[in-house]
Amino acid sequence: MDVDEGSGLRDSTEAHRIPRRSRWHEAIHQFKQQTLPACKPVLTPKWVITTFLLMGVIFIPVGLITLRASRSVVEIVDRYDSECIPEEYKSNKMAYIKDSSIPKNCSRFLKVYRRMKAPIYIYYQLDNYYQNHRRYVKSKSEQQLLHGLKFNATSTCKPQESNNGRPVVPCGLIAWSLFNDTYAFIRGRSELKVNRNNIAWKSDRDHKFGKHVYPFNFQNGTLIGGGNLDLSIPLSDQEDLIVWMRTAALPSFRKLYGRIEEDLDADDVVVVKLMNNYNTYSFGGKKKLVLSTSSWLGGKNDFLGVAYLFVGSSCIFISIVFLLLHMKSQRSP
Amino acid sequence: MPERRKKGIHFSKLYSFSCIRSSHEDNHAQIGQRGYSRVVYCNDPDNPEQVQLRYRGNYVSTTKYTAVNFIPKSLFEQFRRVANLYFLVVACVSFSPLAPYSAISVLAPLVVVIGATMVKEAVEDWRRRKQDIEANNRKVEVYSRNHTFQKTRGKNLRVGDIVKVYKDDYFPADLLLLSSSYEDGICYVETMNLDGETNLKLKHALEVTSHLYDEKSFNDFMAVIRCEDPNENLYSFVGTLYYDGTQYPLSLQQILLRDSKLKNTEYIYGVVVFTGHDTKVMQNATDPPSKRSKIERRMDKIIYVLFSTLVLISFIGSVFFEIETKEDLNHGKLRRWYLRPDDTPVFYNPKRATLAAFLHFLTALMLYGYLIPISLYVSIEIVKVLQSIFINHDQDMYYEETDKPAHARTSNLNEELGQVDTILSDKTGTLTCNSMEFVKCSIAGTAYGRGMTEVEVALARRRTDGPTDDIPSDRLSHDADIRGSEKPIKGFNFRDERINNSQWVNEPHCDVIQKFFRVLAICHTAIPDKSKDSGEISYEAESPDEAAFVIAARELGFEFFGRTQTSISLHEFDFKTGKGVDRVYELLHVLEFSSSRKRMSVIVRNAENQLLLLCKGADSVMFERLAKDGRMFEVQTKDHINKYAEAGLRTLVIAYRELNEEEYKKWEEEFLKAKTSVTLDRDALVDAAADKIERDLILLGATAVEDKLQKGVPECINKLAQAGIKIWVLTGDKMETAVNIGYACSLLRQDMKQIIITLDSPDIIALEKQGDKEAVAKASLDSIEKQLREGISQIQSAKESSSSVNKGSIAFGLIIDGKSLEFSLKKNFEKTFFELAINCASVICCRSTPKQKARVTRLVKLETGKTTLSVGDGANDVGMLQEADIGVGISGVEGMQAVMASDFAIAQFRFLERLLLVHGHWCYRRISMMVCYFFYKNITFGFTLFWYEAYTSFSGQPAYNDWYMSFYNVFFTSLPVIALGVFDQDVSARLCLKHPLLYREGVENILFSWPRILGWMINGVISSIIIFFFSTNSLINQAFRRDGKVVDFEVLGVTMYTCVVWAVNCQMALAINYFTWIQHFFIWGSIAFWYIFLVIYGSLSPNVSTTAYKVLVEACAPSALYWLVTVLVVICTLLPYFSFRAFQTWFRPMYHDLIQQERLEEAELPLAVRGNLQHLREKLNNKRDP
Repeated sequence: MDVDEGSGLRDSTEAHRIPRRSRWHEAIHQFKQQTLPACKPVLTPKWVITTFLLMGVIFIPVGLITLRASRSVVEIVDRYDSECIPEEYKSNKMAYIKDSSIPKNCSRFLKVYRRMKAPIYIYYQLDNYYQNHRRYVKSKSEQQLLHGLKFNATSTCKPQESNNGRPVVPCGLIAWSLFNDTYAFIRGRSELKVNRNNIAWKSDRDHKFGKHVYPFNFQNGTLIGGGNLDLSIPLSDQEDLIVWMRTAALPSFRKLYGRIEEDLDADDVVVVKLMNNYNTYSFGGKKKLVLSTSSWLGGKNDFLGVAYLFVGSSCIFISIVFLLLHMKSQRSP
Repeated sequence: MPERRKKGIHFSKLYSFSCIRSSHEDNHAQIGQRGYSRVVYCNDPDNPEQVQLRYRGNYVSTTKYTAVNFIPKSLFEQFRRVANLYFLVVACVSFSPLAPYSAISVLAPLVVVIGATMVKEAVEDWRRRKQDIEANNRKVEVYSRNHTFQKTRGKNLRVGDIVKVYKDDYFPADLLLLSSSYEDGICYVETMNLDGETNLKLKHALEVTSHLYDEKSFNDFMAVIRCEDPNENLYSFVGTLYYDGTQYPLSLQQILLRDSKLKNTEYIYGVVVFTGHDTKVMQNATDPPSKRSKIERRMDKIIYVLFSTLVLISFIGSVFFEIETKEDLNHGKLRRWYLRPDDTPVFYNPKRATLAAFLHFLTALMLYGYLIPISLYVSIEIVKVLQSIFINHDQDMYYEETDKPAHARTSNLNEELGQVDTILSDKTGTLTCNSMEFVKCSIAGTAYGRGMTEVEVALARRRTDGPTDDIPSDRLSHDADIRGSEKPIKGFNFRDERINNSQWVNEPHCDVIQKFFRVLAICHTAIPDKSKDSGEISYEAESPDEAAFVIAARELGFEFFGRTQTSISLHEFDFKTGKGVDRVYELLHVLEFSSSRKRMSVIVRNAENQLLLLCKGADSVMFERLAKDGRMFEVQTKDHINKYAEAGLRTLVIAYRELNEEEYKKWEEEFLKAKTSVTLDRDALVDAAADKIERDLILLGATAVEDKLQKGVPECINKLAQAGIKIWVLTGDKMETAVNIGYACSLLRQDMKQIIITLDSPDIIALEKQGDKEAVAKASLDSIEKQLREGISQIQSAKESSSSVNKGSIAFGLIIDGKSLEFSLKKNFEKTFFELAINCASVICCRSTPKQKARVTRLVKLETGKTTLSVGDGANDVGMLQEADIGVGISGVEGMQAVMASDFAIAQFRFLERLLLVHGHWCYRRISMMVCYFFYKNITFGFTLFWYEAYTSFSGQPAYNDWYMSFYNVFFTSLPVIALGVFDQDVSARLCLKHPLLYREGVENILFSWPRILGWMINGVISSIIIFFFSTNSLINQAFRRDGKVVDFEVLGVTMYTCVVWAVNCQMALAINYFTWIQHFFIWGSIAFWYIFLVIYGSLSPNVSTTAYKVLVEACAPSALYWLVTVLVVICTLLPYFSFRAFQTWFRPMYHDLIQQERLEEAELPLAVRGNLQHLREKLNNKRDP
């Protein structure tokens, strides 16, 4: 791209007329006369072809690298919501999940197909679950989470604001619908230790959930939503709740459950002992358990790498097309 | 009052017959009937009958608002803009729980926008008001009850008051002239503010009232005037004066119009007839309309389109929302139990899903309101004000001589300057300096005068266009040097070493030369005025031509210094003795100039007792009157006259004859008899008598006077014509003058065919004499119709023949006079007239009144539907300036009325070129780009919200934090777009002027055409799709960092928003053609500011920052994925536009693309390889031809 330094015939005559007082005056003058030195890019064939080529050259390697990072991640996904229902309840899942007398435990066998290096992240994934519904998102009280009962203007929490005339802590639909499936992992004989600390954002723990706020009057209503909370642990330490309360962006989402801090070898079989407590049957949501390692890029998702590769190669393609067209038009002006 | 009345000359006698002739003998019968019902009790404004009539006071107001109605009216004006109205509704609703975001974030910008615009309106109106106050409070002397003249304010004048007006004062109202400081009750008036003419006009009181020169005489002066009702016709007045039991007809001769000026007369007395808004000048003023540019009007349409889109997507959302909500509660079973559908407010109630859906619809209207850019109007206002500042500061439009820069008075219309299709120009004072210069003459068959006229210069330039163009420019500069060395004399630009400095005595025909200049010095009606200080003599002449002759004679040694009623005194250079002598000529008769006679003569007796008839006149009438032995130089003179006419000069033939006593005696008798006759055909008799003596003339030579064009006018008109702008000249001048100027400013060319439409045909004149009004009207209509049809058929046949033979078709010039125009503008002819007019390359309307000018302007505006621009300098152009889409006032020497009524004021006509081709083009381009881009950026943003909605089951949850959204239009994207609107240039000013065709982009509205606008909108939708789907697909569901954290609502919002900010700002960087540090600063600064904002906002307490708390620092910044996604998404959003532009510049280049490429290649290949540019030139030419 060429840079026109604002020179030219007109400007030189101008310079004659206006005595050169100082650079500042000169600049002001140029500004007022709209003749500031400027870069005036023109889409010349040379530039266009170079730009496309350059983009291709940069994007393809980036795509390859990200694709490699994504591929290096080992991810095991296991959908268990339909499997973990006893045969007799298959036709009436609601009866199963609503009946607290039926034992909800269930075992799943996961085969590790490739060696997984610690830390292995455990996620639960819900589909068709609208955590981003406007009513749901707004249904919490940030002040109450931080200050507890001292704060009582919690109208946003309706209808989970109070129970039997007493306020609920933590109030609102989000907390009320807390996810409460639990997982335990056994490899061979030994139980795999699951680290459930540090699964929430540090800023959430430190600044959004009070250190001295304890659950109060929680899940005491007629309609029980999701999980219950340990009344003796302050909210800032209830990481499950904190993770859950950080609402998901889309109706299909994963949330971190914990970490396995041991390597898993290929062909290891991990037995998952889970409690299938959470009701997704009423709205046809799926529940999945995900074990995944991570790379520098995060988890497993080829989209980015493929997109980079695609864009990069299309750029190169376009640049070749342009080059050919250009050569053709040059030959026959 | 002890003042002595001037006895001196009886001008009434000097102006022998043209003045006294009362113009409209008819009409008086209509007094008292409809339209002629006004009654004025002179000197008796308190008369109960007068009071009962309740004529309006003399208070004049031109403001748009008053103190009372300002708030409601300006608010109304504001909310006429659809977008503003929409935002008002939104702001009201946003206080309800329906709103997806907080009310302040909507209300605040609206208040700012409306407030800023109202302040602007108020300031503009205040300026108008100040002027009104000044005009209303002008002091006037009024005859009061205690029988003296007392000073009072102009606004207190009442109908019937007697006022005294002094020299050089403006008349405070329309007055009936009673008497003046001259014994015979005449006075001189300058009507520049009314019709732009600077020459003095003579007004004449009725003889019965002219004795009222004494204050005492008004004691018992009682009279009644019955006259026409207020109307806008400046050139007619019908009324009757009832005085002493007798009726006296009144005509325009006795009427002094408001805003004209008393000149050369010590004082006058007059009766107020029309006051305030009833005066003719105010009746001529049309209401100041509020003008809006075409782009702005189309913008409203786009807003409608967007609004429909908004409604549509909101509706779609609501339908889905209804379905989803309804299903949540199915026979007591909760579907999405976590939303508690059994216990909801009305907004989510599944039992009343339809109502919920309707309420959701309202919410959605607010949520997607980002589609409609609220800051668009305010940004455009800001941009336009800044653009105006640049226009005001442009040094190339600054006129040093009068210290006047260009001035954009309204900033609404900047971009309209880039779309002008037709220019309607006034002539006097606009194209010309309104001064005549004596430049050449032909005496005894020899051409004198070396000066070059503007036209000649222009011709020379056109002929030698090409690489050899340094020769004429040298000559020009040489010429300019000579001019500069001497002190210029106004009206005189004659350079010839054979004549100047008394060198003419050495010429072979020096006796002829002497006679020639004697004629110039004697044959005129000018009055010398010796200034007391310097002793220099200046002349008050009826026309500037005449002044130029007298001045020329003076400069060449024949100084006219004294006039009495019967004599003319000259200070002559005698070529025999070589000394100056004073000679007195006895003035016997003046045979006046009139447009039918086209000549003027004086009969004088010189010191040698010779009787001489000195005559000057148009060549068409003069050559046939020459004596057989007076045709010595006829051939050469004719040849010279033709040359002068070609050079755009006004020529007159000078001749004389000697009379013998007998012949003269006989003739005088006849002439006086004719003059004193009282029959209807008196004028004809007088003319015939004059005709008898003006025969057997001896030709002396011819003069050539230049109606000095303003500097650079032909070049400017040429450039504008190259830019495809049609130029019409509307002038009050007579046809010959107008045509001459047409030639002079290269509006008419020799190779053009003229179509002249006039009612000056003998049969119509004959009919007029008979006084049968209806017959005249009918005959005129028929004649006009015939002429119009003939014109059209001429053009058609020319078109047919030219298309079959060759490409170069004949251009036509239409010339039409005021009377014909009046008929042509009648409803049934309008179309025909217009059809004829648009097929002509140039149109000249002469003798047109201000109202006609305005009507022609309106006709052009309405019929073409394209942008019209009017240029004018006098108050007579005000209507035209206001009627046109853009009014440009020339802030010249004349009054400020035109400037006050204009939208732009420039000091010289030639600045119009820069104003249109450079600023107009830039502003048009900037604004249209800006508007397109505005829609792009808001659609990009708005549609990401919509896509996100689809994933929240259309519950109305915005994807972003409230404050990201509020700041989107204010901080993250506003400044670059303003920089675009203020600074962007596709090509530099130099190239704009070099390639006037570039201007067509504006006229054809290429940059703001629907395909282009829709293209940008679609680009916006594509960008939003890319942003939303690429970022969600790459981020969901896996961990986005090494520590296994997943993307949640907050991170996704930030990522998408980052992509939006990057994408729209980079798109801007791609779209603009001009990067100074300002653009860089704004564009990259806006992006940087987003991050800075996020850091600062994120570090506030979570109460304030809510979802943004530490989101960048803690969550996003450490994630490589976040950055990689940003890069990918941004590049992808830019690719479609970039590829399109690359393709377009190559294969379908727009005109500015070509110019840019040419500039680039010129810069890269200095001088040597010009040949390579050939293909570009060809492309450029192809563009020109289509």
